[in-house]
Amino acid sequence: MEENNIIVVEGLYKKFGSFVANDNLNFTVRKGEIFGFLGANGAGKTTAIKILSGLSKPTSGKVIVAGCNVKHEANKLKKNIGYMSQRFSLYDDMTVKENFRFYGGIYGLSAKEIKLKTDHLLRKLDMVENKDVLLKKLPLGWKQKLAFSVAVMHDPAVVFLDEPTGGVDPITRRQFWEMIYEKSLEGTTIFVTTHYMDEAEYCERVSIMAEGKIEALDTPANLKKQFKVETMDDVFVKIARKES
Amino acid sequence: MWAFIKKEFFHIFRDIRSMVILFGMPIAQVLLFGFAITTDIKDVNIAILDNSKDNITMELSNKLVSSGYFILNDNLKSNDQIEAAFKRGDIKEVVIFENDFAKKLKKEGKANVQLILDASEPNTANMISAYTSGIINTYSLELMKKSFKMPVSIITDTKMLYNPELKSVYMFVPGVITIILMLVSAMMTSISITREKEVGTMEAILVSPLRPIQIILGKVAPYVILSFINLIVILLLAKFVFAMPMYGSLILLLLESILFIVMALALGILISAISKSQQQAMMLSMFGLLLPTILLSGFIFPIENMPLPLQWVSHIMPSKWFIIILKNIMLKGVGMAYFWKETLILFLMTTFFIVMSVKKFKLRLE
Repeated sequence: MEENNIIVVEGLYKKFGSFVANDNLNFTVRKGEIFGFLGANGAGKTTAIKILSGLSKPTSGKVIVAGCNVKHEANKLKKNIGYMSQRFSLYDDMTVKENFRFYGGIYGLSAKEIKLKTDHLLRKLDMVENKDVLLKKLPLGWKQKLAFSVAVMHDPAVVFLDEPTGGVDPITRRQFWEMIYEKSLEGTTIFVTTHYMDEAEYCERVSIMAEGKIEALDTPANLKKQFKVETMDDVFVKIARKES
Repeated sequence: MWAFIKKEFFHIFRDIRSMVILFGMPIAQVLLFGFAITTDIKDVNIAILDNSKDNITMELSNKLVSSGYFILNDNLKSNDQIEAAFKRGDIKEVVIFENDFAKKLKKEGKANVQLILDASEPNTANMISAYTSGIINTYSLELMKKSFKMPVSIITDTKMLYNPELKSVYMFVPGVITIILMLVSAMMTSISITREKEVGTMEAILVSPLRPIQIILGKVAPYVILSFINLIVILLLAKFVFAMPMYGSLILLLLESILFIVMALALGILISAISKSQQQAMMLSMFGLLLPTILLSGFIFPIENMPLPLQWVSHIMPSKWFIIILKNIMLKGVGMAYFWKETLILFLMTTFFIVMSVKKFKLRLE
């Protein structure tokens, strides 16, 4: 069971001066799981993601991601994770192919690997004929799928998606989640934050943060049962209410 | 890392604004400054002191006066009158032929002419001396073909009065080099780094296995190359369009320029680390770097004429020291021994800015 956990967080604290951003976080994420990481703005989500992805060091506590301790194996860790943010992190003034080449390059993929991966991923997206189009000419939904493809190009063990579906229409969001499912079936762990509660339903397990603490963590079905409500939306509101 | 550098070039070459700043600006500046300072000379009052009074000096004097550039204002009798003639202020140049001019030319194949100029308007003085030498040289070639069968040379010796170092002549080339390097290196890097922050791609790069030092190097490498190309373009323009002399070692000049480029890049990174948006980075580099460089580095306004407090401020301008170095190499042709102090100051500033910028950059990662 233990080796099946790709993310292990034990007693994670992060303090900025006297402000406690992460207050004793404890959780694990299984390999291949889609893990929803929710919370209101300012609840400490971003801080936690930064620590998990090796951008920031915990004040105390143990954090193991993809077999690497984030405290002193940040560089090894970074090779094994992918990251996609709300802002997509793609370059508008480069073509689709060039974006792939760049991100493949900074992850140390060889030219041949990059070419193979690009072809494969573009074929899957049905975008082969667009490979020489400048990114700024593509619609938002396409960019989003590309951003996800780029983030998983180096076959990371864990992909962090930080509000990946901000600003897109429900149909595109739907398609996007199909991509996520597919990837998770291949064994990639998906760690996703979102503000859309319908998306929370898609996750296998969901944690909800408030004021630096994890207030609830379970499957969406169990959470709804636990809080005696019909939707994840109500679960979220109940937790947020309790705080204020 | 190569992927990174290549990507950076894509950004630059696909952005028209960047291209204009990078390549239009240096050329426009050199030409603007160059032609704004260049003035045609016409009807300049000169005096001649002919110590020889032979047929050749007479003929040469006629050539000068009939050229259309000069008007003979006075024939001087002796050296004592030179000073007084200049002080009256109506002449700009005195041409002095040595004793037995024609005789020496026949016997030894060479004779001396001395040009003394009022250099309080340095650019004009330089132009006048160039025109005069030109006429004398043409004449000596004619002489060689017609009258003498052997090679003869008339040696012109130019002496600038009142401003022997010609302080503002050609000053624009070192100044423009400094400004362009500052602009390309500091401003362009700071803008391009903040742009990545704004668009959100910086996050993705930071999460990648690239180390901060690789990110910084990848970011600045293209600008080092482009600054260097710019430097060469300016030097070529200076040489071929404005006949700017280059007395010192080119290699030394390039090395010193690299030092300055590195300094400017470090400044650019520092600016990008403290500013949150492209606009802010632009403003900071404009008002924090470019204006002081133009106004306080001695490029346009001589530092000696500034009020004392401003002179102190100018000491902390890296560009001031760089301009001194450039002037020394390009105009005086002296070696390292004459400006090791300035180089050391520049080097210390560079180190300081690198340390600062790396620190700030790391801080941002937290």
